[in-house]
Amino acid sequence: MLSAKPTPMLDMRDISKTFGPVQALKSVSLTVFPGELHALMGENGAGKSTLMKVLSGACRPDPGGEILIDGKPVVTGDPIRARANGVAVIYQELSLAPNLTVAQNIFLGNEPRRFGIVDAGKMVARAEAILERLGVSFSPRTKVARLSLGERQLVEIARALSTDARIIVLDEPTTSLTSRETDRLFEVVVGLKAQGIAIIYISHRMDEVYELADRVSVLRDGGYVGTLERSELSASALVSMMVGRDLSAFYKKEHRPPGARRPVALTVRGMSDGVLVRDCSFDLHEGEVLALSGLVGSGRTELARLIFGADRKTAGSLELDGKPIDISSPAAALNAGITYLTEDRKELGLFLDMSVADNVNMGVLSRDANRFGWRNYAVGDRRAAQAVSNLSIRTKSTKVNVGSLSGGNQQKVLLARLLETKPKIVILDEPTRGVDVGAKSEIYRIIDDLAKSGIAILMISSELPEVVGVADRALVMRDGAIVGEVAARECKPISQEAIMELATGASAT
Amino acid sequence: MSDRATTSTAPIASLRQARFQTAFAALGMLPILVLLAVGFQLINPRFMTDTNLLIVMQQSSINIVLAAGMTFVILTGGIDLSVGSVLAASAMVAVIVSLMPDIGMLGVPAAILVGLCFGLVNGVLVAYVKLPPFIVTLGSLTAVRGIARLLGNDTTVFNSSLPFDFLGNGTFLEIPWLVIIALSVVIISWLVLTRTVLGTWIYAVGGNAEAARLTGIKVPLVLLFVYGVSGLLAGLGGALSAARLYAANGLQLGQSYELDAIAAVILGGTSFVGGVGSIWGTLVGGLIIAVLSNGLILAGISDIWQYIIKGLVIIVAVALDRYRLQAGART
Repeated sequence: MLSAKPTPMLDMRDISKTFGPVQALKSVSLTVFPGELHALMGENGAGKSTLMKVLSGACRPDPGGEILIDGKPVVTGDPIRARANGVAVIYQELSLAPNLTVAQNIFLGNEPRRFGIVDAGKMVARAEAILERLGVSFSPRTKVARLSLGERQLVEIARALSTDARIIVLDEPTTSLTSRETDRLFEVVVGLKAQGIAIIYISHRMDEVYELADRVSVLRDGGYVGTLERSELSASALVSMMVGRDLSAFYKKEHRPPGARRPVALTVRGMSDGVLVRDCSFDLHEGEVLALSGLVGSGRTELARLIFGADRKTAGSLELDGKPIDISSPAAALNAGITYLTEDRKELGLFLDMSVADNVNMGVLSRDANRFGWRNYAVGDRRAAQAVSNLSIRTKSTKVNVGSLSGGNQQKVLLARLLETKPKIVILDEPTRGVDVGAKSEIYRIIDDLAKSGIAILMISSELPEVVGVADRALVMRDGAIVGEVAARECKPISQEAIMELATGASAT
Repeated sequence: MSDRATTSTAPIASLRQARFQTAFAALGMLPILVLLAVGFQLINPRFMTDTNLLIVMQQSSINIVLAAGMTFVILTGGIDLSVGSVLAASAMVAVIVSLMPDIGMLGVPAAILVGLCFGLVNGVLVAYVKLPPFIVTLGSLTAVRGIARLLGNDTTVFNSSLPFDFLGNGTFLEIPWLVIIALSVVIISWLVLTRTVLGTWIYAVGGNAEAARLTGIKVPLVLLFVYGVSGLLAGLGGALSAARLYAANGLQLGQSYELDAIAAVILGGTSFVGGVGSIWGTLVGGLIIAVLSNGLILAGISDIWQYIIKGLVIIVAVALDRYRLQAGART
């Protein structure tokens, strides 16, 4: 069928992208042939999404790189031209209008017109033709709200086909699908390949990649690691390509003696939320850093929020220092000495229009106030100044808006707020996300100091070297359940490979 | 205006520039108020006389009282459309109670209490039933208007010997009581918003409600408080209206007062999505509206054109404000 060396349908060469001081992509190259399914793998933050944003035109690459489609260079950084060139990206979060019909969604913004008016008959007919090409059973007149998530995904693909897309990117398409829907999607994908369409398939799941991929490329820390042919695929090869990173010098944990394990501070039993999190149980010890590993979407944040009382649980119980407690709200959790550092500091953590001092003090205002609720600014300002020097927060003064600080310093402001509540249990959700290297090592130092002072720490992290460097044990979650535990042994750190195998389900295949 | 400061790379200069911008931002709409006043003075020299300025302040007092309550609500990202109706109902209660022998003075606290109750009902529906504030207060705008008419059997109630008429028409040291009360409300509001824990929580809830919840702030209590305050001040506004007019009418009194109150808050630079704003801005906003009304009358402009000009000034002033803030913001 294909000749030995056909022209690649897509050829991305030396693509780099820097955001301020962060280099998100370092001269990455990727070639995809017609009718090929090319899987793209890598840890969270490896650069997959950025690479796809460059392809879709949402993001302009740094000068020096180029994109060729059918051997001809194309203009980068222009989403409309990218679409005209046949590129379509289907993201995890679908972008359909639920109250419109399937046909209306397929042709949204691109409706067939007659005399300037939408030609509804023609639209339905063309939608029908495309759906038939996908082998789909629902009618184009159905409202999207009535479709399952899997069916909506197919509508997205139909939309891509309606603009004659020849390169389709699927970004973790099966994350929220049932296994039957997944099978259905795979059939469609195989059918698309047969029609000569090139597919870039981003996934964390080994079994999917095994089943579908013709080739697999791996990215790590924004760099290109390598490409495996189907015949060379193996779980161990992929895992080592994905994690093969040295521990950087800035992880300087003073290893606590594992033998002298302290008493249990928090007991979690049977936590479920009725949606994703299923029957999660574990013990958290005093003075311990317990990592909660797993892929994005595996339910780590959801579990943490259940423990903190931010979301309602359908089952499960908590014991603090051996005594059962009922946590029904964040206020109750904070009263009990449980704190939570959110992964999304801008949306869920900071008050961006307020000063550094107010942000640091927000959790303890009532404690400072006199009995008439009058604020004690003197105490608050002193505390904020102390926090700024203790955590080396770089800011002109404690009076400036916290929004003007860099990401790392904003994170330290949140940490300061959390520490001021004098917690016994600290839950940290991606504590170093979007933080520069300097601030990272300082945050690790803070975590280490907290653990040494006997505070129990549960740390969610997607960065394996961070887990290995900071944590004493790691629990691994997959699909809402805790699937295993990896612990550091005498002089041997936590194994990144073991975590990755549990998280991706590689050990099961 | 700050070109020189930006070209200089010295940190001191940029700090000075930042200070200048903060000071300028704090001034808010004050320059517009001054500009309007100067303009009207040029058109009609009677504008800036002691008597006329007192009239302006007196006319703006009730709106400023309502707008102060509205500031609390809008700072949390909400809205209270019911204040005009609540004012009417409270005014009815004030006059009816004032007609009772011996306890006529209780008309004032009764009006305030009635306003507070309506406000708390709004607050419960927003904070605990979690309905959108616009819809809740749109509903109470209509329902409370009906209650106001019901209170006087749909007639106007009079009391020519109102025991608390000094509130609406009397003066203290030559300053009208209305002005003293409005300024007191502004000062108390300022103290609550900037000096108390609750005030900080109000800004926090408006700035980021979910972060506030995760910080342990009891968001529903804060919301209940702000709608309660708005109702209470609308009740006070009702007592003041009754005191000024010696009468109250459930049908006409306070019609579309909510719009003037909202306009004052927005003119004062308070963000419609919450979290940013100040009570002093609201005071300036209320004065701008009063100056416009008064100045346009003195300039001899017809009633119809007054509406059009007032509407346009509100839009242009807020547009200018946006532009100014964007220019000052870091990118």
